[in-house]
Amino acid sequence: MPAREGTYGLLAEFDTPGDLVRAARQAREDGWRRMDCYTPYPVEEAAEAIGFHRNKVPLLTLVGGLMGLAAMFSLETWVSTLAFPLNIGGRPPYSWPAFVVPAYEWTILWAGLSAAFGMLALNGLPALYHPLFNAPNFRNGATSDKFFLCLEALDPKFDLVETKAYLTGFQPVSVVEVEY
Amino acid sequence: MHRRRVEVTMATKEVRPKNPGVDPATGEYRVVGLGETFKSVTDKITRIVLTPHTPLGWLALFGIAGGGATVLLVAVTWLFLKGVGIWAITQPVAWGFAIINFVWWIGIGHAGTLISAILLLFKQSWRNSISRFAEAMTIFAVVCAGMFPLIHVGRPWLGYWLFPYPNSMDVWPQFRSPLLWDVFAVSTYATISVVFWYIGMVPDFGTMRDRAQSKIAQYFYGLLSMGWRGSVRHWMRYETASLLLAGLATPLVLSVHTVISFDFAVAVLPGWHTTIFPPYFVAGAIYSGFAMVLTLAIPLRKFYHLEALVTERHIDNMGKVMLATGFIVAYGYGMEAFMAWYSASHWEAFMFWNRVFGPMGWSYWVLITCNLAIPLTTLWSRKLRTSIPFMFFISIVVNTGMWFERFVIVVTSLYRDFLPSSWGTYRATKWDYMTFVGTLGLFTTLFLLFVRFLPMIPMNEIRMLLPAAKIKPKAAEAAD
Repeated sequence: MPAREGTYGLLAEFDTPGDLVRAARQAREDGWRRMDCYTPYPVEEAAEAIGFHRNKVPLLTLVGGLMGLAAMFSLETWVSTLAFPLNIGGRPPYSWPAFVVPAYEWTILWAGLSAAFGMLALNGLPALYHPLFNAPNFRNGATSDKFFLCLEALDPKFDLVETKAYLTGFQPVSVVEVEY
Repeated sequence: MHRRRVEVTMATKEVRPKNPGVDPATGEYRVVGLGETFKSVTDKITRIVLTPHTPLGWLALFGIAGGGATVLLVAVTWLFLKGVGIWAITQPVAWGFAIINFVWWIGIGHAGTLISAILLLFKQSWRNSISRFAEAMTIFAVVCAGMFPLIHVGRPWLGYWLFPYPNSMDVWPQFRSPLLWDVFAVSTYATISVVFWYIGMVPDFGTMRDRAQSKIAQYFYGLLSMGWRGSVRHWMRYETASLLLAGLATPLVLSVHTVISFDFAVAVLPGWHTTIFPPYFVAGAIYSGFAMVLTLAIPLRKFYHLEALVTERHIDNMGKVMLATGFIVAYGYGMEAFMAWYSASHWEAFMFWNRVFGPMGWSYWVLITCNLAIPLTTLWSRKLRTSIPFMFFISIVVNTGMWFERFVIVVTSLYRDFLPSSWGTYRATKWDYMTFVGTLGLFTTLFLLFVRFLPMIPMNEIRMLLPAAKIKPKAAEAAD
């Protein structure tokens, strides 16, 4: 994480998911791009509102699964035909139907690990530090019962005073400044 | 007026009128109790873990379970010193308790994956409150199960020979054997179950981190939560990953018990060599797994006052799943009897006759009583399905029955095979019993630790079920 100073953004707190979604939708319409919503459970409408529609987790999972399949099937083929051929009840060395089961299991194993760790990596987790946790009210509600909209200072439209007034227009519970 | 009241009583006869647990719109028991909010759900679930006071009942149970786990330690230590000869396994019954317990434990685990994965894909949102501890049950059951083949190999310190790795002996595993398929099926199952379970808990660890008072708890849950902050971008990727993991765990769980049934079905032994085994094993696994979920859920909801989160609806639905899978199992038993006759094989017919009326026939009748006679006649009644003591009783009965099913499959197929001169019998030794009881102790110990230190109900998933999570237009919201 690059060392930064100053303001990360302005954080507005809402009591209901409906208020959050309406505010986020409006902010997006007004041209805001560097922003994010924070909710205690997945709120699909909020993601739609800030223009986040698709993600790369399915692609990673597919690639992982195919790699697992290829890895195990080629290992089995190599072991049974070249490295250590055994005569098992007269079956041919390349008895592919028997190889399906471990290859199937490894497809699932690699796909599952890719989905889980790919999701974490795309989310930038694990993260030991994030400026949002400096906001006094964030930890009090973001993971239990409050809904937050953060307009970030990196957005070109950002201005500490004007943006604060803009956010207050949504009638949130509070608007606080988040420091790095 | 009088007539009206009679009608109302008739319509809701089975579910008691004016019961606050019943949703008047559907006439079904509620999934989440009336009046729960984001805050009350969070409080109820985090309090169980974050309280500095450990309940006395928990400590007492932990003492008993720990004693059981110690028995396992003793039994396994003696086994490592003396070898598998301390067990009753010999010719002709070379697979005894170890394989019975292995199959039984893995089967129990299957309900956890069914609840967390298959019911998620089918959008059965009632599953949300029981999914976490059902997954925990899966993992601990797999821990107990995985141990048995390992200690059964005789020299467990060479267990890693099962894996394909380049070695100085220049030897590789034999990929045409179902026993090797098992290695990959069970290890994948264990890994994916742990990952699915952990990923599911990450947002809840964030909640625990933010609500913990003590520094140690904040660090502990803070590290486990990996810095989760609930960004909706993160949530969307998280939801996609959960759905994909569920989609992957579904074919996985069906394959695991199928592969285990191949251990038997690929052999030429009468009683094992049959194509009904894969579906019959999977159905039996889910049957016994749901029984185990009930065995755990019923005391838990009582002890921790979670009746509003694990409601009669859950108990009722689990009863229905057991009824359905119980009938698939019954079909399997029927098919075995039918094939004994229809195959016109002398060996098959004898095996079946011997299984039912032979010297160990008593075990078959225990199985029929516990798996078919008692549950499949009573689970039809909604009254009984929502009676908590009765469902606890049924869960114990089915667990017992399913253990005997594995006993019947393993022992009664083996002890009298083709040649009468090689017939034998099987009588488990005290070390067999100690190992089995020990795994029950280990399972309970792990489960108690889970209940004390981890959030046992997925808070974020419960929040989604609450009425407050519905996004309404501004006008409707103002009207509320």
